[in-house]
Amino acid sequence: MSVTQPPVVDREESTGRFGDLVFAGISRGSAILIMLALAGVAVFLLQQGLPALGHHGDSTYGKDSIWGFVWPLLFGTLLASVIAMLVAAPLAIGVALIISHYAPRPIAKVMGWLIDLLAAIPSVVYGLWGIQFLALNMVPVYQWLEDHAGWIPFFEGPVPNSGRTMFTAGLVLAVMALPIITAICREVFAQTPKMHQEAALALGATRWEMIRLAVFPYARSGMVSAVLLGLGRALGETMAVAMVLAPTLLVSFNLITAEKGSSTIAANIALNFGNASGSKIETLIFSGLVLFVITFAVNFLGRAIAARGRKG
Amino acid sequence: MTDLQTAPPVSPRQSMSLTGATLPRLAPVLAAVIAAGVGALAAVIGGVGWVAAAFVAWLVLVVGLPLWSSAVEGGRKARDRVATLLVWSAFGLAMIPLVSLVWTVLSKGIGILSGQFLTYSMRGVLGEGGGIYHAIMGTLVITALATVISVPIGVLTAVYLVEYGKSSTLARVITFLVDVMTGIPSIVAGLFAYALFALFFGPGVRMGLGGAVALSVLMVPIVVRATEEMLKLVPDELREAAYALGVPKWRTITKVVLPTAVSGIVTGVTLAVARVAGETAPLLIIAGLTTSTNLDPFSDRMATLPVFIFYSITEPGLYVDEMTDYAWGAALVLVAIVMLLNVVARVVGGLFAPKTGR
Repeated sequence: MSVTQPPVVDREESTGRFGDLVFAGISRGSAILIMLALAGVAVFLLQQGLPALGHHGDSTYGKDSIWGFVWPLLFGTLLASVIAMLVAAPLAIGVALIISHYAPRPIAKVMGWLIDLLAAIPSVVYGLWGIQFLALNMVPVYQWLEDHAGWIPFFEGPVPNSGRTMFTAGLVLAVMALPIITAICREVFAQTPKMHQEAALALGATRWEMIRLAVFPYARSGMVSAVLLGLGRALGETMAVAMVLAPTLLVSFNLITAEKGSSTIAANIALNFGNASGSKIETLIFSGLVLFVITFAVNFLGRAIAARGRKG
Repeated sequence: MTDLQTAPPVSPRQSMSLTGATLPRLAPVLAAVIAAGVGALAAVIGGVGWVAAAFVAWLVLVVGLPLWSSAVEGGRKARDRVATLLVWSAFGLAMIPLVSLVWTVLSKGIGILSGQFLTYSMRGVLGEGGGIYHAIMGTLVITALATVISVPIGVLTAVYLVEYGKSSTLARVITFLVDVMTGIPSIVAGLFAYALFALFFGPGVRMGLGGAVALSVLMVPIVVRATEEMLKLVPDELREAAYALGVPKWRTITKVVLPTAVSGIVTGVTLAVARVAGETAPLLIIAGLTTSTNLDPFSDRMATLPVFIFYSITEPGLYVDEMTDYAWGAALVLVAIVMLLNVVARVVGGLFAPKTGR
């Protein structure tokens, strides 16, 4: 009731303050460390990669300029990823719909769990399966395509006996990306407001009409960002492609041949890095830089779309 | 008999039914059986392969059932049936490669597994004999090192973002950069580690530590994301209760917030470990491959399971068959490790489910 005394700073409180300062400092420090690490990635790659801009001849594997080296690989990377997305996206949306809307609850739960496990299988195992199983089993299909659709530039052939072609690489990437796209789509589908769905059903919509009218419009941005994130994964995927494709430096739409097909940036680095030295390493690092920029752009777009969808 | 035949034309006029005509409940099953029969017929009489026969059966089903449905139930129901069939077809088609993958790894890998395969290295081995002990140990050492590097950094960063940073500019920049990091292609992380270590140890450097650094670049963002989500789930009441008791902020975080979220964080970390344990590309570049057991991550090449698999296939040397068998065995071991980690993560997450409810 009397005049309040100014609080006496006792020993314990000051320890608390000190501890606070230290702990806040450490956690802020590790956050800044991440920033430095990323800056480090950028700086080191630039420092080691940029000298490659002036390279030509032997150090760019016989190409006139660095762009002559990067462009075919970039083309192959995009081609393989686009094939993968064309195959994986519809299938993944189908699987996600099964899990979220079609299958009975308990079964759907188990299937969701299995899909998550499949997403965790290492890419090198996908590559091993791709080269030892899928490629061999695809040969008759390629043969049939060459015989019956050889006039389309995609299926010109000649078909290799190993089945190690761009199309096989795209399929392996599709199988890899499938669980990831499915997982994201499933979550988005499951978040569709129950009220919207029940309202559609109450108005007499069939299940498909309900999905088309209530689920898809709500999930559209989520589905697009899922496909883009899957694309980001496919673009940067190394091992599966490195094991399936032979390293070439060609721009080719021919999907079912080995010698005259394209290869990808990541696979090319993995296959050539062991034997490279000096200026060739700089060339390879530069191609890695190009890959980094592209995956960054795709991922950024995916996240931006997802964020916009969350707000809207 | 005559009654049955004359009844339908009359009934629509006389009695207005509230429900439309529907196919019998078992219609899809019946249609599937008929389609399978047509497919089998095509295989037997037409002599087509079983893949083509399955395709014929599928085509009959996807065209036939909706046609039947549209004749009886009308266009909208028929379209619904088409959609249902297509969605299930997509599901079935997607399952084929995934099941085939698991089955191939199991069936091809199980034969090579033995005590010797797991406890011997490939040192001096050509053809028969040897094992993948060196690769298993390399994977364990490098993954453990990567975990030791990335967990403190990742968890502390998440603490900063949730507890200290809130919506400061630095926190927003860090959140953005973590997003960027999740998208770094694994081979680029390997190139980074190589470029970094080449600065200190000269070009051509190969060492296990570099592999751990490269894996950390991939692992940190996963740990940050998982921890951040978990810390956000901790109710503010807990923090406020601690503050009200005069507990300093850092004690609140270490004694109240982190223990509350620990199960989720452990789950996230275990999933992150499982994710990087299978990474190949960065290790291919910076850790290389060797045939003998090297437990020292600070010097020389270090074999890991993924790199071992890769080289067994791409550069098998003279003994192609043996090395292929080894690759499958190593793949089975690697998948087993990753699956085990996943199951552990789920069990941990399930046992100590976030205690946010009241």
